[in-house]
Amino acid sequence: MNTNNQTKAIYTILAWTISGLIFFPILWTAITSFKTEAEAISSSPSLFMFEWTLENYSDVLARSPYFEHFWNSIVISVGSSLVGLLIAIPAAWSMAFVQTKRTKNLLMWMLSTKMLPPVGVLIPIYLLFRDTGLLDTKLGLVIVMTLINLPIMVWMLYTYFKEIPHEILEAARMDGASIKDEIFHVLLPIALPGIASTMLLNVILAWNEAFWTLILTAANAAPLTAFIASYSSPEGLFYAKLSAASVMAIVPILILGWFSQKQLVRGLSFGAVK
Amino acid sequence: MFKKLSMMLCGALALSTTVNAETITIATVNNGDMITMKELSSDFEKKHPNINLKWVTLEENILRQRVTTDVATRGGQYDVMTIGTYEVPIWGKQGWLKSLDNLGPSYDLDDLLPAIRSGLTAEGKLYAAPFYGESSMVMYRTDLMEKAGLEMPKAPSWDFIRKAAAAMTDKEAGVYGICLRGKAGWGENIALITSMSNSFGARWFDENWRPQFNTPEWKNTLNYYVDLMKKYGPPGSSANGFNENLALFQTGKCGIWIDATVAGAFVTNEKDSQVANQVGFALAPDNGLGKRGNWLWAWSLAIPSSSKKSDAAMKFISWATSKEYLALVASQKGWAKVPPGTRISLYNNPDYLKAAPFAQITLDSIQSADPVNPTVKPVPYVGMQFVAIPEFQGMGTAVGQQFSAALTGQMSVEQALQNSQRLVERTMRRARYIK
Repeated sequence: MNTNNQTKAIYTILAWTISGLIFFPILWTAITSFKTEAEAISSSPSLFMFEWTLENYSDVLARSPYFEHFWNSIVISVGSSLVGLLIAIPAAWSMAFVQTKRTKNLLMWMLSTKMLPPVGVLIPIYLLFRDTGLLDTKLGLVIVMTLINLPIMVWMLYTYFKEIPHEILEAARMDGASIKDEIFHVLLPIALPGIASTMLLNVILAWNEAFWTLILTAANAAPLTAFIASYSSPEGLFYAKLSAASVMAIVPILILGWFSQKQLVRGLSFGAVK
Repeated sequence: MFKKLSMMLCGALALSTTVNAETITIATVNNGDMITMKELSSDFEKKHPNINLKWVTLEENILRQRVTTDVATRGGQYDVMTIGTYEVPIWGKQGWLKSLDNLGPSYDLDDLLPAIRSGLTAEGKLYAAPFYGESSMVMYRTDLMEKAGLEMPKAPSWDFIRKAAAAMTDKEAGVYGICLRGKAGWGENIALITSMSNSFGARWFDENWRPQFNTPEWKNTLNYYVDLMKKYGPPGSSANGFNENLALFQTGKCGIWIDATVAGAFVTNEKDSQVANQVGFALAPDNGLGKRGNWLWAWSLAIPSSSKKSDAAMKFISWATSKEYLALVASQKGWAKVPPGTRISLYNNPDYLKAAPFAQITLDSIQSADPVNPTVKPVPYVGMQFVAIPEFQGMGTAVGQQFSAALTGQMSVEQALQNSQRLVERTMRRARYIK
């Protein structure tokens, strides 16, 4: 084996080891979901040698309206991603192609809003929601998720748009294209992979968000994060049911991630190497 | 024609009934008794066709965060909240809860256990109805006790607990003499150690709200706890809370477990517990100073003052905490599954006493609890395993982290107490209890 092959083999082993380490908690959760409660909390846990059961899944399905939570998660994550894109695409276009001397500052300011701990604005947002009747509504959560993830969307799209040669857009302008035509017929088709990956990332972020979705919802708009949170118990064993609920909550997003991984990686790494 | 007309009329009537129906939202925790309540709530809906129920079940800390935000901002998201004896007096005094003065003629308020009722009363008004109540008690393995040649008294001392734990410990066989909470948190190790400290003559504050962690009584309490756990406790006990110790006890790895009386039903349940037929019960230990190391807690149902459907909420609370509900659970699930610790009549019921071998100790533990005078020396606060002031949650968890660090050996008992004294003094000064 020559040196190149050896290096490749080492990197491959390293990559698999790191992937295994990252994936292990998810695998452990999935395995625990098939154990009995007593097995799940056993001080000498077994990886595969135990009596497998589907009881936890049937209990969880019988006890909670899973599909209601699932639908709420879909509406909130997809809704906030679409609304976010509607705002982020023109914003990123303007910052990438019509730059002013304050564009960089504006971008930094947008990002700085992500640095504030969410709990710092909990009471004002809660009161706003209370007074506008948005508490426990999907619309309210779509608004909050859009605003929370907007800086990341704008940044991602800005980075992506910056890689598109100005000349292409200029040529379109020379041919008499309006701003709308320029964005819809020239920019969007070229930037589609970047837009798709931005949307996917935003869907994942909104799907997993577990602070605002827990605080601002009660019975009507509670997504899957609230569904998971309902399976922890201060007095009574719950790990197996909690694991089953977690698996049911993450499976849809795992499937989405699996099918779109090429798109996601391509979008995220675009512009990293010139 | 007439048939069509009457059908239309029926449809309209049905629609108007649906339109008039009120939906109340109930926030609760995922404990076994609450799950049973949710399962049996169709009985309530049958009796009150105009009231629909929506359930929000959450993990305890998330529930506390959510309902606190809601009640403090008068958000009005919930009509019934599940809260404990820590929140009820504080929230009641703040005007955040509606007083329960209309639970119905057949409710029989005087049947509520006096200690539990007083824990849910503020300024003479009942602000929550108890769904299930608990104290703490000693659970022990009768077979191991017999093997050790000892007999557990009904009211043991801490000295006896040490002696028994030493005799029952067989580390090679994976059996540890004592299992106690070690996980940091105001509702975890602090609940146990604060109750324990009451029986050692310690207190959180003197009459002028000055912290007391620098006293010999606290040193004795923490030294005893750390020494006992290090010698006879399971490895990694600083991560153990109720559920971890329950699993250890159920799988035969603990000789003695001191924790919530509600655990009695779990450890004697033959389906889950490998030692179900070898469990004995005793009162929480003491040191001969007149106070036992037990606590008092009741998961209770309350109506936030922001609820616009308080009449319907009151009807639900009346149903869920009534004698009839206990009978309903008994008929559907068996007497052993009846929510314990709230009503005197339950403990006069021979069927319940027969089905629940822990019933008498539970009752005695609850009745011996005095949250108004919890300590040997006088204190300005109410609460046995907590201090009923809003600052306690934060302080309790910070102190719990110090105690947990002492248990793992990261710091000495003296250092943990010094740090706790400093932490609590700072908070109390900021909150202007002391200058």
